[in-house]
Amino acid sequence: MRASEYIVTLTPANSPSAVKTLMTKTSFGRAGSPWFSVRRDIPRWGYNSLFVLGFVGLIALWWWLSALGVVNPLFLPSPSTVWETARGFVGDENLWLDVKVSVGRVTAGFLLSAALAIPIGVFMGSFKVCEGLLQPLTEYVRYIPVPALIPLLMLFFGIDELAKVMLIFVGVFFQLVLMVADEIRSVPHELVQVSQTLGARRGEVIRLVLFRAAMPGIFDALRLCNGWAWTYLVVAELIAANEGMGYRILKFSRFLQTSKIFVYLILLGCIGLTLDFAFRKFNQRVFHWADATRR
Amino acid sequence: MKLEVRNLEKIYHGRTGDVQALQPTSFTIGSGEFVSFVGPSGCGKSTTLYIIAGLDTPTRGQILLDGQEVSGPGRDRGMVFQNYTLFPWLTVLENTRFSFDLESNRDYSRTEGEVMTRVGRAYSLLDLMGLEKFYNACPRELSGGMKQRVAIARALVNKPKVLLMDEPFGALDAQTREEMQELLFLLSAHEKTSTLFVTHDVEEAIYLSTRILVFSARPGCIQKEIPVPFGDERPLSIKHSADFTRMKREIFDLLHASQPVTFDRVAVLRKLMQNEGAVTLQR
Repeated sequence: MRASEYIVTLTPANSPSAVKTLMTKTSFGRAGSPWFSVRRDIPRWGYNSLFVLGFVGLIALWWWLSALGVVNPLFLPSPSTVWETARGFVGDENLWLDVKVSVGRVTAGFLLSAALAIPIGVFMGSFKVCEGLLQPLTEYVRYIPVPALIPLLMLFFGIDELAKVMLIFVGVFFQLVLMVADEIRSVPHELVQVSQTLGARRGEVIRLVLFRAAMPGIFDALRLCNGWAWTYLVVAELIAANEGMGYRILKFSRFLQTSKIFVYLILLGCIGLTLDFAFRKFNQRVFHWADATRR
Repeated sequence: MKLEVRNLEKIYHGRTGDVQALQPTSFTIGSGEFVSFVGPSGCGKSTTLYIIAGLDTPTRGQILLDGQEVSGPGRDRGMVFQNYTLFPWLTVLENTRFSFDLESNRDYSRTEGEVMTRVGRAYSLLDLMGLEKFYNACPRELSGGMKQRVAIARALVNKPKVLLMDEPFGALDAQTREEMQELLFLLSAHEKTSTLFVTHDVEEAIYLSTRILVFSARPGCIQKEIPVPFGDERPLSIKHSADFTRMKREIFDLLHASQPVTFDRVAVLRKLMQNEGAVTLQR
């Protein structure tokens, strides 16, 4: 008897069609439900309504909590109180000064880190020599908590604007360098090879292939880092500031003006969301050639 | 044009020890020849191609192109890869003329007339490839076959001495593949560029080549050199001719003889039999 003469067949109990019937019979695991399929797109109107629903839900929860009266209004002012406070801020010179100063600090720190991190990251991603020299060092510094550097930064850069910008710079730079280097490294090597067979020299490979291919990813890294820059802003404004959104929140806290804190927090969130949206739109417009997942 | 490969040997130094990918191998490619490498996977056929392209370094041996030793990649050896390698941020036309703006091309296109000729060649190659409606398309809008056609045009636009192709149709479906084979045959008959073509599709190799080098399993070496007797007229129908089938048989036998058996069929079936319930075996 030769085993090779046998034909292998599946028994009906385990056949794929039987499993499929089982799946369709139970409504819970229905394969046809488009809303909860893994990684499947949902209709655009559905996505947008969920986006609105999230915010509305949060406000409703807030309103409900404060209406219940279980939380001291001193700690959690009601939405209507915050709305009244916000209206009181219209025409307030301090508010606009704070926004202006804070945006200025974030932008300065962010641009400075981007200007240095992008070229250094490109070199780290392109040459193993640069990676060996700088990568472990960057990883090391990255793990030092930024607030722990405040005393040193004050010693080095004083207590003026420079210290605040430098703090945002330190917070963003080391993360960004690593992200840029990673983006360069994730460019398919065959793109490099094909450019070399077309006659591209070393500098051209970096400039015309690696950097170009990594640009959408680098831009996305900038978007994420811009968010972190805003986080470090509040930390930076702990250093002897006289204005700025982070500073003002701390000051309100000292006088227990929670509804004013809420107004500033909502404003910070709105600025962040707007910037994020602008970054995304720019990326989609300029890097339309890239895969949707990379934008 | 003459490409000489002399005692080329490749050894990879891995953690588990050295692996010889390619035994000392020698061969020569003449002007206008279309030579295919066939062999089981891991036989070193792609490695050989990458070394000729200058993208990999040999452990020993030499590559001579018109008597000049080859070191590093260059525009005299165009290459088409198995994976799609179009620059996604450039249009079809910009991809094709990517090399024109490179420094290494400055010496080749000094006068405006020369530049115009080269741009003209880019257009006519794209037209030959049936892409005249897609000059300004983005690579992501193209099908797999179209992407490879652009890649071939891009590789040929500089008139390389030799065109290297590493399983360029490996990722395409059967029908597109045949279409591409016919197109490539017509093109190479027209352009007369010497071509080195790596494939594991024996039929493809016979249809396209003037000569086939059959590699043995790892460590690879050339087992046999088979000239292909079909002439310059090759309709796809020759794939059904008796001569074609006989050649196919011959090459398959060579490949099977050299490839070690990787699993024990009887043992697998016996294990399946022991596995009650999930499967049953019927006589």
